[in-house]
Amino acid sequence: MNILVFVKQVPDTETRIQIQNGAVDTASVKWVANPYDEFAIEEALRIKEKLGAGKVTVVSLGPDRVKDAIKYALSLGADEGVHVKGDGIALDDPLSVATVLAAAAKKAGFDLILAGKHAVDQDSGATGVMLAELLDIPHVSVVVGLEIDAAAKRGSAKREIEGGVELVSFELPAVVTAQKGLNEPRYASLKGIMAVKKKVVPEWTLADLGVDAASVAPAGAAIRTLEATLPPARAAGKILEGEPADTAKELVRLLREEAKVI
Amino acid sequence: MGATVGIVAVVAETKDGVVRKASLEALAEAKRLAGEAGGSVAAILVGAAGAGEAARLAQQGADRVVHVEGAALAAYAPEAYAEAVKSAVAALKPDVLFFSATAQGKDLAPRTAARLRVGLAADCVGFAWENGALTAKRPIYAGKAFAKVAWNGARPMIASIRPNTFTPLAPDASRNAAVEPIALADGKVRARVTGYETSAGETLDLTEANIIVSGGRAMQGPENFELLRKLCAVLGATLGASRAAVDAGWIDHSYQVGQTGKVVNPTLYFAVGISGAIQHIAGMSSSRTIVAINKDKDAPIFKMATYGVVGDLYQVVPALTEELARVMKE
Ligand SMILES: Cc1cc2nc3c(=O)[nH]c(=O)nc-3n(C[C@H](O)[C@H](O)[C@H](O)COP(=O)(O)OP(=O)(O)OC[C@H]3O[C@@H](n4cnc5c(N)ncnc54)[C@H](O)[C@@H]3O)c2cc1C
Ligand SMILES: Nc1ncnc2c1ncn2[C@@H]1O[C@H](COP(=O)(O)O)[C@@H](O)[C@H]1O
Repeated sequence: MNILVFVKQVPDTETRIQIQNGAVDTASVKWVANPYDEFAIEEALRIKEKLGAGKVTVVSLGPDRVKDAIKYALSLGADEGVHVKGDGIALDDPLSVATVLAAAAKKAGFDLILAGKHAVDQDSGATGVMLAELLDIPHVSVVVGLEIDAAAKRGSAKREIEGGVELVSFELPAVVTAQKGLNEPRYASLKGIMAVKKKVVPEWTLADLGVDAASVAPAGAAIRTLEATLPPARAAGKILEGEPADTAKELVRLLREEAKVI
Repeated sequence: MGATVGIVAVVAETKDGVVRKASLEALAEAKRLAGEAGGSVAAILVGAAGAGEAARLAQQGADRVVHVEGAALAAYAPEAYAEAVKSAVAALKPDVLFFSATAQGKDLAPRTAARLRVGLAADCVGFAWENGALTAKRPIYAGKAFAKVAWNGARPMIASIRPNTFTPLAPDASRNAAVEPIALADGKVRARVTGYETSAGETLDLTEANIIVSGGRAMQGPENFELLRKLCAVLGATLGASRAAVDAGWIDHSYQVGQTGKVVNPTLYFAVGISGAIQHIAGMSSSRTIVAINKDKDAPIFKMATYGVVGDLYQVVPALTEELARVMKE
C-alpha cells in the first residue's frame, strides 16, 4: 500500500503574529510541521506497520525551508519525501494548492492519502477535501478513528461532528484528513534522525508535474489575500478581588447590568 | 462605484429535517448583501426537510427556495451533496454561494468549490462590497490576525460563514416562496455515513455555543469538572477545556478550545484556572465578554478578560453558581 502524506510547514503556534505592510511578517518565525499533519504522519506509519508492508511518502509544497518539515517526517519513519517547489504559486488559495498537490499525487502514485484537518496558519481546512475532488476519489474529513482493510480496498472512519462522531465507510483510494485524537504521535528516534542524512529529497517543479503555471499563480487565483490586520485591542478589563461571596455577587451584577450577557 | 449582484444563495443545512440556526444566520447576511447591491436571495435545501422549512427560509430572508431531493441524499454524503448543490447552482446561477462553517458545511463547501472550480473563503466573519466587488474577512492563525480576501472572476464566489457571527432575521409571516424542486439522478457515493455515536452529555457544539465555561490545569482531575458542569447547568452553557486538561486525560479532546482545538465565538466565555497561553487565547479571543477566574493576579488571561476574578476557583465557582442560581430565579 502506497500512502501519501501531505505536510505543510507553518509558524510554530507560540508565534506572536506581527503585521508588516499589510501582510503577516514571517521573517523571525520558527517553522514547524502543521500539528494536524503530525497526526497524519503517525497514522500513515501505523497503517504501514500494521500491514507489515507498504511505503509512506511525505510531500510538502513551498519554499526551500519546507525541506525541514519533510526531514522531520523522515526522521519519524517515513520512507520517502518529495519537495514540490512553491515558487510562483498562490499558497494562500486552497484551490491552487490542491491543484498542484493533485498533480504531485498522480506522479507519486497512491492507495491512500492523508492530510491534516486544517493548517494552523491560513485556517482554511479545505485543501485535503479539494484534493480528493480534483483526483475524483472520496474523502473523509476531521477523522478521529481509522481502520483500513487493504485487501478489500475499503476503510472505515470516525469523523468528528457537533456533539459526537459519524461512522463513515469508504472506498479506497481516498483522502482522509486527521483531527486531534486520531493517535498519539511518536517522537523521532536517534536511528531515525541518523537515517535522514542518507535520504535524498527530490524536488519537483510545476513543469515536472505538467501543471500550467498561470493556472496556479497568485494573479488569477480563485481567492487572493488583499490585506492582513491584527484584531482590535481589547479594552482593559475590571479586576475583582476579595471575598469569593462578594466577588461572585459583583461579577453577576456586572454581567447583567454592564455587559448584559445573562 | 455601486455594486450589483444577482443571486446570493445559501445552502440551508438541516438537522432532523429542521433548518439549523447557523443557516438562518447566513441567510440574514445574504439578505443584507443582496439588499446593498440590488440582488435577491435564494436558499438551497438538500435532502429530506420538514414541511414548514421552505416557509421558514422565506420568512427569514429567502426570495426563492430550491429543494434538491434524491435517493443518494438520505444521509450526508459529500459527493452526492456536492452534486446536489451543483445542480442547484446550475438552476440559479448565483453570484455568491454561502455555506455555514459547521461540521457539514466545512466538509461540503470545499468539495463543492473544487467541483465547480471556484474559490472558497472559509470560516468568514464579515463581508463588504468594496468598489463593486465582494470582499470577505476571515480569521487566520486562529484569530491572532484577520485576512481580507477577494475572489477572481469565476462565479459563484463561495464562502463558509462562522456560526454565531450574524443574527437571524425575525420571521416575517407575510413572506412565502414557492418551492422549486430538483430531482438528483443517482450519483456516486463512495463514502457513506453508516451511523452515529453521540458523546455523553453535551448536545451543543462549542463552535455554536452562546456561553462557554472552560476549565484548565487547575481542575486537577476529571471529578472537579463537576463544579463547572453545575455552573454550566445554571447558565445553559457548554463546557470547554484547555489543552492541559485534555492532555491530562481529564476530558475528551473535542472539548479543547484553542489554536489546535475549537475556535469559539460565544457572547460569554469563562476561563477557569486557565493561564492564558497564546494557543488558548487564539481560540477564544473573539468572545464578546470574557471572564477569567484565576488565583494568580499576574496570569496572562487577565489581560484578555473583560472581568477578572482573582481567587481560588474552588471557592469562587461555587459562590458564583449559587449567586447565579439565585438571580436567575428572580
Ligand atoms: C502545538 C501546540 C498547540 C497548542 N494548542 C493549544 C490549544 O489549542 N488550546 C490550549 O488551551 N492550549 C494549547 N497549547 C498548550 C498551551 O501552550 C498551554 O500549555 C495550555 O493552554 C495551558 O493550559 P492551562 O492554562 O490550563 O494550564 P496552566 O498554564 O498550567 O495554567 C493553570 C492556571 O490555573 C491557575 N490556578 C491554579 N490553581 C488554581 C485555583 N485553585 N484557582 C484558580 N486558579 C488556579 C494558575 O494560576 C494558572 O494560571 C498548545 C501547545 C502547543 C505546543
Ligand atoms: N503547501 C502544502 N504542502 C503540503 N500539504 C499541504 C499544503 N497546504 C495544505 N496542505 C495539506 O492540506 C491540509 C489542510 O490545509 P488547509 O486547507 O490550508 O487548512 C494540511 O494539513 C496539509 O495536510
